[in-house]
Amino acid sequence: MSAIPGIVAINTFREAVRDRVLYNLIVFALMMIGASILVGEISIGIDRLVIINLGLSAISIFGLVMAIFIGVGLVYKEMEKRTLYSVLAKPVRRWEFLVGKFGGLLLTLAVNTGFMTLGLAAALFYVSREFLRTDATILVAIYFILLELALVTAFALFFSCFSSPMLSTLFTLGIYVAGFFSADIRGIGTVTRSPAMQMTARVISYLLPNFRNFNIISAASHGDAIPFSLIWQNTAYAALYVALVLIAASSIFSGRNLK
Amino acid sequence: MSTPAIEIEGLTKDYPVGFWRPRLRRSLDHLTLRVEDGEIFGFLGPNGAGKTTTLKVLMSIIYPTSGTARVRGKSIDDVRMHREIGYLPEQPYFYDYLTARELLEYYARLFGFRAADRRERVTRFLERVGLADAGDLQLRKFSKGMLQRVGMAQAILHDPQVIFLDEPMSGLDPVGRREVRDIIHHLKREGRTVFFSTHILSDAEMLCDRVAVLVGGKLQGVGAPAEIVSMQVHAMEILFETQVGGALPNSLAKSATQIGGRYRVEVPEQQLYSALEELRSCGARILSVTPLRPTLEDYFFKLIARNKAVPQPEQAVSR
Repeated sequence: MSAIPGIVAINTFREAVRDRVLYNLIVFALMMIGASILVGEISIGIDRLVIINLGLSAISIFGLVMAIFIGVGLVYKEMEKRTLYSVLAKPVRRWEFLVGKFGGLLLTLAVNTGFMTLGLAAALFYVSREFLRTDATILVAIYFILLELALVTAFALFFSCFSSPMLSTLFTLGIYVAGFFSADIRGIGTVTRSPAMQMTARVISYLLPNFRNFNIISAASHGDAIPFSLIWQNTAYAALYVALVLIAASSIFSGRNLK
Repeated sequence: MSTPAIEIEGLTKDYPVGFWRPRLRRSLDHLTLRVEDGEIFGFLGPNGAGKTTTLKVLMSIIYPTSGTARVRGKSIDDVRMHREIGYLPEQPYFYDYLTARELLEYYARLFGFRAADRRERVTRFLERVGLADAGDLQLRKFSKGMLQRVGMAQAILHDPQVIFLDEPMSGLDPVGRREVRDIIHHLKREGRTVFFSTHILSDAEMLCDRVAVLVGGKLQGVGAPAEIVSMQVHAMEILFETQVGGALPNSLAKSATQIGGRYRVEVPEQQLYSALEELRSCGARILSVTPLRPTLEDYFFKLIARNKAVPQPEQAVSR
């Protein structure tokens, strides 16, 4: 097993955590979580529900912003600034570099999500002075958010292997939105009479990543239990999907003439 | 026969240009070259000659349209080849938020050096490129010259046998250029092969065992700088002074240039004695007579002028 992706990942993480833009985003997300306390206070009896709902949504949205905006620039920036040249002159295969970049960003996202989770926990403790057994579901929801971010990062990297950051952002957002509504796309197929249309809608809905599977924010805020089967199914689904997207990205990136 | 350090055969690179009706532009045209072990080899050519393209192909940053290349017997497609080479890109740029020490540590990790070895190497090479005091400074605070030095350090950090340097003197002040020259000489003494591209001909003349000249993607000549420019005298330079109020001979009046109180004139070798006779007859005092030999620069410009007369590669190649 090559150690190169791990080395590249740690370097990517180190670079990312020193970039001030990242801290602005974290501060902004923590402010959002803080604001949820105020909203919670005017929501009589459902303050915990509001805080968990808003907090998890903030973690998801800011994670998504970071995954897309940092993800699309990760390899592109290295090509533009030619920092990639001296790395590729070393005994580093292109796929190792790409997987390392993915790992580095995922690590960055995990650490940021960790900080935001602490913010959410602090907000919850502030309003109720206790943690409930059902709050464990919040951690599952956060784990699912991370799986979702891994998938989004893989897509951002994939698109950035052959298009500009602007287009990659649009493509990744497009995939995210379409993936969120993939079940509805299948539904559109069923209301038409054309078998070709039905087949097309079904194929598209299966090809698109189903992002709705990862969204259990509502269940977490109500303290509903999450079946273990869903945890491993989502994990396997995300791992397989990420692997496929990264293989596709690596094959494009490996064959590409860099500027 | 020993394995050459670098062996390039028929290397060609075409780039598509244009959006609606893309055509191929030939940037490198069947380059064949052999660099022996332990040589300092200069790769010369004007901007756009294909020097950087050649280096990028050798580093697998871009892929050749046709042709092959081997470094120390290993194909450039073989990732193991990269263990034996060092590369300094043109105008190197590194990660802004890392310090020079962290950057070199990162590169040393990619070669699999252990922690103690890494630390020792990084310190040694920072000293070698004159950055011992700037090791803990973030690279975004570095000047162009300092970045060039970091680039040099990362290229030789793992003691490679073959070092490729793309315009290593560019952006450096005279002190920096001298330091890079010293490093290249040091590498030569250690028995390493240095392949460097440049358009600064004096550097090439001073450093290289052999040079190759590339113009318009085509190899124009390879050889030792002295061989390339030949030892043939192309003119004689006469430095003289006239008597106060004395006139110049009519045949030299037009071509002579005044420098202070002296005159300088260039005459063909076969007209030297007649020119000296005329100067003597008008009472001029001859100060010196120097044979003029073509420099590498003259050779270089002659090649560029000759190349302008032939069709450009992008016109000659179509998809």
